[in-house]
Amino acid sequence: MSRFKDAGHLFRFAFLFVVAFAVFLVVRHFVVPRSFGEYGHYRGAAIGEIAAHPIHFAGHQACEACHADIADTKKAGKHATVNCEACHGPLANHAADPSIQPAKLDTAVLCIRCHAASAAKPKDFPQVDAEQHSSGVACETCHQPHSPAIQAGGAK
Amino acid sequence: MSGVEGYMYPNEITLYWSVLIVLYPYITGLVAGAFILASLERIFNVEAVKPTYRLALLTALSFLIVAPLPLQLHLGHPERSPEMYFTPHATSAMAMFGFVYLWYLMAVLVFEIWLDYRKDIVLLSQSTTGLKRILYRIMTLGSSNISPRSLAIDRKVGWIVTLVGIPSAFILHGYVGFIFGSLKSNPWWDSPLMPVVFIFSAMVSGIAAVLLLYMLTAKLRNQPIDMPCVDTVAMYLFYIFILDFSLEMLDLIHRIYEADESFRSLNFMVHTKLYFSQIVLQLCIGTLVPILLLAIVQVTHLSATIRKRIYVLSGCLVQVGVFAMRWNVVIGGQLFSKSFLGYTTYKVGLVTREGLLVAIFLSILPLAILSGLLKLLPPWPKDEQNLVEAAATHTP
Repeated sequence: MSRFKDAGHLFRFAFLFVVAFAVFLVVRHFVVPRSFGEYGHYRGAAIGEIAAHPIHFAGHQACEACHADIADTKKAGKHATVNCEACHGPLANHAADPSIQPAKLDTAVLCIRCHAASAAKPKDFPQVDAEQHSSGVACETCHQPHSPAIQAGGAK
Repeated sequence: MSGVEGYMYPNEITLYWSVLIVLYPYITGLVAGAFILASLERIFNVEAVKPTYRLALLTALSFLIVAPLPLQLHLGHPERSPEMYFTPHATSAMAMFGFVYLWYLMAVLVFEIWLDYRKDIVLLSQSTTGLKRILYRIMTLGSSNISPRSLAIDRKVGWIVTLVGIPSAFILHGYVGFIFGSLKSNPWWDSPLMPVVFIFSAMVSGIAAVLLLYMLTAKLRNQPIDMPCVDTVAMYLFYIFILDFSLEMLDLIHRIYEADESFRSLNFMVHTKLYFSQIVLQLCIGTLVPILLLAIVQVTHLSATIRKRIYVLSGCLVQVGVFAMRWNVVIGGQLFSKSFLGYTTYKVGLVTREGLLVAIFLSILPLAILSGLLKLLPPWPKDEQNLVEAAATHTP
């Protein structure tokens, strides 16, 4: 018995640990979201919340329904596989209400997002040093963005 | 592009792990090293280092309290860091490390210090007055039992805690090396030797730090330095330093002999961008010179004054060398492109969240905490006698 008496202070220290662990469990109970771990190591309810976000992109089918002429031009050119909203930005609002006009694009800034020269890009991907290539002149001066190859014998 | 030579992938141009991430392994290294020194007396019965035992424990605690701060300042959302504890992911080394840190802090260091100081705390709770008395009373946890039997139990339990603490200290710092060593995408870090090198360099820096702090505190208290003690500490420092240096050289020779596809790029980096920090600071000034100085003491009979000067100089150089090692690992691993075709530059900010001033502050903070702990829990053996006398006069 006296052995326990002389070790009493150790039990007090151990009790502190138990209290700290209990506090941890209580705090954990309140701060961890209910749906955590439902499907994996994340908050299950996040899926529903993200799905409920308003849709910003209309999709190329919606664009082509009204802009069939541009869709035909695009299909024949190098940009056939580039989605409309990749350049024009999300336009679900415009598709729902055509009176909402999309912003006018500045090709001097837009095109080099993809076509600026970089050693990391495949060699056969068209890329230019914009300053040397056009000295700031907008790309659409020579290239038609929906079918960018210059038709009249110019550089392709 | 400014600061970039050759080709860097876009996500490699800016360094994401800053000087604070250099500071973090340096600080945890000091903790692990200081604890290993304390364990020399407790487990391996090296009586000569006894005067440094308590100081080493308090040093380890001061630095361990500060260790997570560089990480918190590095995080974009530090308020989310407790989530690591609430919803830990078993496959994340960082998440698991959070528990290692807590274990080491509470179950090893705080518990061992409490056990070792319990008698002093009880005596201080009886001899002091006012706020201090309340503080010491709280620290006794309501038990003033300092009977010879209870103190004998403390010693036994303390021995077990230290025994458990040695692998814990190894895990604590081995983890830091593991985080780097397990990154297979980075040839500068990817090495199974990394955790081992980190542990040994941690021991070197921690032992040297306690040696310096012991000599400094003795000087500030106008007390004579226990020469057999510092000689023994310096001897262990020398032997562990030799092991550390051998392991680092083994890693280097292995890399040179293996000469994989990254070798040319890394070799160029060591000879250019890392030349000063790696060759000059880490290897020459921070390793070879202190090893040479400590070796001279081992093989010659120098006067106490000269030996003390050599220990101070070696201790300071060791700190420079180990900090440079952490710098070269953390920063060096981010300076070269994984395409092996280019290099970027790291410029330390001054007054930024991860800048130089914050790094300096975090380096000084453990020393400030230590000075507070030294006042609260004096580690000097002489004070113990005074305590007993003071408690006897205050006890009604």
